[in-house]
Parts: sequence; structure tokens; C-alpha cells
Amino acid sequence: MTDKRFTGTDRYVATQDLMTAVNAAVTLGRPILIKGEPGTGKTQLAEEIARGLDRPLLQWHVKSTTKAQQGLYEYDAVARLRDSQLGDERVHDIANYIVKGPLWEAFEQDVQPVLLIDEIDKADIEFPNDLLRELDRMEFYVYETHQTIVAKNRPIIVITSNNEKELPDAFLRRCFFHYIRFPDAETMREIVDVHYPNLKKELLDEALHAFFDLREVPGLKKKPSTSELLDWLKLLLAEDVSPEVLAGDDRRKSLPPLHGALLKNEQDVHLFERLIFLNQREGR
Amino acid sequence: MLIRFFFMLREGGLKVSLTEFLTLLEVLHSRIAGYSVDEFYYLSRACLVKDESLYDRFDRVFSEHFKGVQDLFGDETAEIPEDWLRRHFERLMSEEEKALVESLGGWEELMETLRKRLEEQEKRHEGGNKWIGTGGTSPFGAHGYNPEGIRMGQDGSRHRRAVKVWDKREFRNLDDTVELGTRNLKVALRRLRRFAREGAADELDLPDTIESTARNAGLLDIKMVPERHNAVKVLLFLDAGGSMDDHVRVCEELFSAARGEFKHLEYFYFHNCVYEGVWKDNLRRHSERTPLMDVLHKYSSDYKLILVGDATMSPYEIHYPGGSVEHWNEEAGAAWMKRLLDTYPKAIWLNPEPVNRWEYTPSIRMMSELMAERMYPLTVSGLEEGMRSLR
Ligand SMILES: Nc1ncnc2c1ncn2[C@@H]1O[C@H](COP(=O)(O)OP(=O)(O)OP(=O)(O)O)[C@@H](O)[C@H]1O
Ligand SMILES: [Mg+2]
Repeated sequence: MTDKRFTGTDRYVATQDLMTAVNAAVTLGRPILIKGEPGTGKTQLAEEIARGLDRPLLQWHVKSTTKAQQGLYEYDAVARLRDSQLGDERVHDIANYIVKGPLWEAFEQDVQPVLLIDEIDKADIEFPNDLLRELDRMEFYVYETHQTIVAKNRPIIVITSNNEKELPDAFLRRCFFHYIRFPDAETMREIVDVHYPNLKKELLDEALHAFFDLREVPGLKKKPSTSELLDWLKLLLAEDVSPEVLAGDDRRKSLPPLHGALLKNEQDVHLFERLIFLNQREGR
Repeated sequence: MLIRFFFMLREGGLKVSLTEFLTLLEVLHSRIAGYSVDEFYYLSRACLVKDESLYDRFDRVFSEHFKGVQDLFGDETAEIPEDWLRRHFERLMSEEEKALVESLGGWEELMETLRKRLEEQEKRHEGGNKWIGTGGTSPFGAHGYNPEGIRMGQDGSRHRRAVKVWDKREFRNLDDTVELGTRNLKVALRRLRRFAREGAADELDLPDTIESTARNAGLLDIKMVPERHNAVKVLLFLDAGGSMDDHVRVCEELFSAARGEFKHLEYFYFHNCVYEGVWKDNLRRHSERTPLMDVLHKYSSDYKLILVGDATMSPYEIHYPGGSVEHWNEEAGAAWMKRLLDTYPKAIWLNPEPVNRWEYTPSIRMMSELMAERMYPLTVSGLEEGMRSLR
């Protein structure tokens, strides 16, 4: 338990709704599931909770082949087999071949840590169900060595999902849930500000306008997200693009400079070019 | 009144479980300082709603509940007859939850828990708690939501002052209007997965290797197994007719998603209705046709059949020999459809036309009838339903 509250950090802008959800999860020591469009800061959130509350951070990045068991521990049978063939002394103690997973590491921390389980939806459909007990009780049993590992401090578990799979109800019931909405213009300004505190106001204004305009283009396969905006701004700064180039009338009549950072998909670029072509004709 | 809120949510179609409701009470209880209404809203949402497409529904119930807050916090606070509650609970609870109630020591025990928690909150209210109240001074007081009366978040700049967040209904467009991108399609198609190990053994079977090695007195005895993959076989028939032009993109997406998902995918094109010949390349549709009979013989009946088309044509094209718009067909389309469906008992038709038009298009009705009503709209939810029926 903790009495410190998460309110965002100097590197991360947290909206009121996000703070409330995170703090509830921290207070009760229950996992929080975070969803949202790509690039809305889901992964970074865990890092920042750790920084903001001054806690150690452990990360578990899930892939399609990840098994729940790997979060607890793995028994490296091959190493043991090799040692036995080589006549290594270590072979007699099975504990030498138990490799701790991130959940185990988290359970051993002396202060309540933050554990990120990133992109849980990438794994097999059964994956979340296989972790129910461990997340509930915050303990598990190691069959090979007959130990029960109990969390010294219930970790703050932050789970992210990109919605590739539906998660099981039993799992959802045990989590707090928060959907990070795509930031509105005001929040976006604050986000940009933490990344580029010295950005000229005019440039930011025009860039944000161009960015939100672009997101409105109907039929885009992949709308640019926060991370694309940040990349784009970086390029604009590096190339020293002036605000006027991004401004007003031109916006609908030509592709924004360095648009490759915003539109990463050929079809989207074509679509945008067609729209601009139409606008140019109309505008004449 | 929180109990009432709980019921309203369930009546509003949100499957809030008791576990989640108790969690909410627990958080409310664990905090010493009060909550503003906004915070209470965010908090209850984080506890009770686990799917962003239901946020809007939640907002509506929340708004309704806290508009009628006068009644709730005024007269009705007293005692809700237990009887009434029980009936309500039983009607609204799923089997799973009824079982949970039993496991918690039955109904009496549960009511006791609830009552205790509520009592604790009442006590805290008298000590100046903000989120629950009976008088005019509380945020939920006699005048309902009262912006001036409420402590706003510490952080003034970010706070959208005095606009009730739930009344803005910012999540309206998340409700059921999910874009049909390839990703969504893939997720839906995944419902059809059935993993199996088949083919060449090219993956190390660790448990078996260890077991055999042990039996082999420590001499390495390597065991291999075939890789696990999706063993479902799919036969996809796509309408390439002119009226499908409006739907090219969604069909492209479906096709690419299906290609990514199914290892065994065979596809053919047809025009409006399936007849004696289908083709694989739209550019050479007149020169390179595959007789449907060959398809029926070549692909076994455990293939799942998915037809994609708008089924929008003249009824002649389905029911009369010679009805086809492109060529002279000896036998009616319906006869070929029947052969197709006899061979592949697991079959569905996906239709990109909006459902509300189906009723008014005779050929869609006819085709749906031929399909024994297994026609689904080409949307995420339609696809999901379709996949369920194919399983
Ligand atoms: N609220 C925010 N405050 C500060 N930076 C942010 C915020 N939201 C996003 N960013 C920035 O956007 C970028 C993407 O963030 P992150 O990788 O955490 O997104 P994500 O939601 O995990 O994306 P994905 O779904 O692709 O994994 C990072 O550079 C991050 O710094
Ligand atoms: Mg991420």
C-alpha cells in the first residue's frame, strides 16, 4: 500500500481519468488493464508510474509464443542435461536450473514494484486465464523445488492491450480498466510540451492544426498518433521548417513537409494526394 | 443508492458483476479524503466497465442515475425491501454469479457484507465524506449535480470545468461502429482457429526428449514434432460482379485477413450467383474457368465454405436456367448452390450490403433462404457471428 498518488511526471501527461484509475489500482493492489490506439502512451505509462512513485520497474513483453509459465519461472532442462553429460557438479541441485521470470522477480522486491505486462493480447487466448490465480493471490508454487513464492509486496501490475484478442471475462473482472482516449488538442499541447519544452508557439500551433486536420481525413488506414506527431516535430525542428510553411491555406493544397513521419502507409499517402489534387482544382 | 445504480447498470445492459461492484465499494472505502463527482465517475467506470465500446452506455446510465439523484438520496435511502432486492438480484444475476453468491455463504451472508460496507460508508459520510450524501451540502444533494458545490481536481488547468463528462458522451462513436480494418477482421477470423500438429516434424519436443533421454540412461535421444498451426480449411467464394464495386475495399481487407490467417485457403470468384464454372483470375475469367464440379471433388467436405457477395441481382439469375447475365447457364443458379451446400455442410454467406436493405431486395431474401438463413452482414459483429456458426 502507498499513500503517494500518481499525478503524471515531468515526462508524462496524465489526464484526470487516467490518474483516478491508476491510483485506485495502486491503492487496492489490483492489476490495471490499459487499452487505447497505438502510440497513446500505454507502455510508457508503467515506466512513469514507477518513476512518479519512485518504485522499481520490471517489464514483461509478451509475444505470440509467450506462455504464462514463463512469467513465473522456467526449468532449463537442456542446460541440466548438458551439465550432466559433461559431469558438472551443479547438476545435482535442480535449483541451479530454475530461471526466474518477471513475476517472480517482482514478488521478490523489497519495495512494492511496478510490473509491466506489455501487449497481453499478442499471446494465446488462454494466456490471461493461466495467470488468474497468480494475479489474485500473488503467489505461486515451484514444483521442481517445492517452494511457494509469495509476493513480499503486491506489485502494481500494468497490463496493456492493443485489442487483437478479446480477453476473458474472468480476467477482466479482476482488473481495473482504462481506455486512453486519443488526446484532445489541449492535452496534446501539454504532451508536446514535455517533449519539446522550447518549441516556438507558432510552430506548435500550425503543426497541431496540420496534425489534427490530417487525422480527420476520411478513410485513412492508419491515423497518425502521438508518437508520429512527436517524430514529425523532431524532424521539423531538425530541418528548421518555419511555421508559415505549415500554415493556413496551403494545408489543404499540398502535402505537409516531411509527411513521411506522419503517414507511413503508401495507400494513405496516395489517398491524401488525391484529396489535395481535388482541393487544388476546387480552389482555383 | 449505490445498489440502485448497480441495478440500473445491469438493466442498461452492462454486465457488471458483484465482484466488480464490491471492488468499487472497497476503493471508495479505502480513501480518507473525499471524491469529487468527476472522480467518482472515473472510478466507477474503471471498476465496472471493461470494454471501451460500453463507455457510452455507461455514460447514459450514469447521467440518468445522477439526474434522478434527488429521489435516490432523499426518500428512498431508507430501506429497500429485501424481498424486492432478492427478486431483482435473481433476475439479473448470471448462473455464474448465483454460484458465487452460494460460495460466499448464500444470500444472507452476501446482504450482510453489502450492508456492512454501506454502513461503513455512511459513517464516513458523517465525518465529511464527499461522494455520498443526504443533504444539500453534498455534491449529490437535493439539487443533484451542482458544479459550484464540488471540489474540482487539484489541477485546474487540465480540468474541464463544470461540464459533466458523462453528459458529453465522448465515447459515443466507439459504440458498435468499429472500423472494419484488416486487424479487426483477423481477430474475428481467429475464432475459427483450430490448432493441430500436422506435417513434417521440425520442432524439438522438449518434454518428450527429456523423458526419452532419461529412459535412455542419459544418452541424448532427440524427439521432434510437427509445428502447431491452424488446421482449419477454408474455401472462399468472392463475387466479382459490378455491383460489388462499392465494396471492393472491405472485400480486399477480408481477403488479405483470411490469407494471413488460414494456411489452407482456396478461393474462387463468381459473378452474382454461383454456376457451373468459377475462376481464379478476374482478368482471365472468360478463358480460364474451373468447373464447379472439379472444385466439389477436389476439396473435401471438411472445408468451411464462405461466400462473399451482395446477392443483389434479378431473381431470374437464381431461379431460371439461362438467367445468368454473363453466359447461358443450362441449370439454374439455385441448383448449383444446392450442390455446393450439400458438399460443404459448414457454410455461410457474408453480405456487405447494409442489413436494412436485405428485406427489400428479393434476391437477397432468396439467397438467404437457399443458405438456410446463414447469411451475415460483412461487419465485425456479423463476421463473428458467422464464424461461430462455422465452428
Ligand atoms: N501522455 C503522454 N505524455 C507524454 N508522452 C506521451 C504521452 N502519450 C504518448 N506519449 C509519447 O508517445 C510515444 C508512444 O508511446 P508508447 O510507446 O507508450 O505508446 P503505446 O500506446 O504503448 O503504443 P503501442 O500501442 O504502439 O505499443 C512515446 O514517445 C511517448 O513518450
Ligand atoms: Mg506499447
